[in-house]
Amino acid sequence: MQTIFFKNKPRIVATGTVAGPKECAGVVGKYVDKTLTDDMFGESTYEKAECKMLSYAISRAIENAGATEEDVDLLISGDLLNQIISASFAARDFDVPFLGVYGACSTLAEAFALAGALIDGGYAKRIVGATGSHFSSAERQYRYPLELGNTRPPQAQWTVTGAGGAFIADMGVSNSQIALTSATFGRVVDFGITDVNNMGAAMAPAAADTVLRHLRDTGRRAEDYDLILTGDLGALGSRIFKDLVWEKGVDLQKNHVDCGEIIYKVIEDEFQGGSGAGCSAVVFNSYVYDKLKKGELNRVLLAATGALLSTVSSGQGESIPCICHAVSIENV
Amino acid sequence: MTGKNRENYNKNYIAYVNSFDPPTQHFKNCFRAFMVGGLICCIGQFFRGLYEHALGLSGDELASAVSITLIFLGTLLTGLGVYDRIGRNAGAGSIVPITGFANSVASPAIEFKTEGLVYGLAAKMFVVAGPIIVYGVLAGTIVGIIYLFL
Repeated sequence: MQTIFFKNKPRIVATGTVAGPKECAGVVGKYVDKTLTDDMFGESTYEKAECKMLSYAISRAIENAGATEEDVDLLISGDLLNQIISASFAARDFDVPFLGVYGACSTLAEAFALAGALIDGGYAKRIVGATGSHFSSAERQYRYPLELGNTRPPQAQWTVTGAGGAFIADMGVSNSQIALTSATFGRVVDFGITDVNNMGAAMAPAAADTVLRHLRDTGRRAEDYDLILTGDLGALGSRIFKDLVWEKGVDLQKNHVDCGEIIYKVIEDEFQGGSGAGCSAVVFNSYVYDKLKKGELNRVLLAATGALLSTVSSGQGESIPCICHAVSIENV
Repeated sequence: MTGKNRENYNKNYIAYVNSFDPPTQHFKNCFRAFMVGGLICCIGQFFRGLYEHALGLSGDELASAVSITLIFLGTLLTGLGVYDRIGRNAGAGSIVPITGFANSVASPAIEFKTEGLVYGLAAKMFVVAGPIIVYGVLAGTIVGIIYLFL
């Protein structure tokens, strides 16, 4: 059994999100708490800007929940930069115990699942789970300098500049109707893809593995969910993901949406769509959370995928191991 | 694949993924590379003519002056954030000329300035151009040795 069930149904009380100008031109624009006009966010480096966005998302989630920093028992956060510096440095701003997690772009789902388990077990009352990413800091760490005049391959995705977090609390301290009901921790899956520009294809098998496992463990069918939301498979990866689950007899044509696929109005070099930890963090915590709150969606499976590579491993010719964690979020 | 079966890489899967690859548009890229690369060469030729007639330069001096001008322009456009935009749409037309080399040195210098002038800017400056220099010198040496014995 890979799935754990939250009997006490921890609630998502509120969320906080911030995103860059390119992201806000798309579907999430109306729903985020803060739109940046400048992706430096008034800082001197992109790394500092990423940290500030994450910090903003965390404090905004706490504020939107009508709580204060002292109420928070634990902060669970992570990001894409080496040694998760954005998360750790953002945590420096808060007088709250901190648990740093790394799941690449699946970090949000990992944080939610851990928060759910800790609250459900009675070990904490209020937890903030947050993550974020920045296009420019990710490019610099994983790819080439920004001003280098190279071409981007058509399989490429665009790292989302944004951060999002959620304030998750015990049912006893909140009257929110949106609850975490179960979580499936993923296995590391590697189908041998080595092309670092084709993350969608590398991550799709991990998403398929975890989603199929979740459906089997919970005895649910795909139709039981209003929305099966993957993180950043992109257009190509989504197609492969749907093919892979279809082979196992599950049809996701109707209710699958990928955050990366919808976040941009693809007009320039985004090609397959958005990626990065900020992708699912921004889309879920703004757009999808709003739909849950209004009751337009009642049962969502957030299945965020992450590619667990580094520049060293890909330099040594290793293939890309990937993971997907799934959290079921429902109106109860 | 998970667990110990990982070695049995799914060849079928990789073949299946490759079938989805959007085709690279060779003709379009070649055409753009020809136009942009040709244009850069024309600009170089323009300066060559200018320096020859206006300043009376010739031979190695003339060639150096033209190279210096193009390197300056490549670096300036990189600093202004224009060169990467040209590069995205130019196939390889903006990478191969000397302006592309200037761009590959200037862009990491700008990028890593935040880590300081010594360990950032200076140390990372050749992160892209370094391999070109290393293998360029190596290839030059080998060809030189062959030439010596011919």
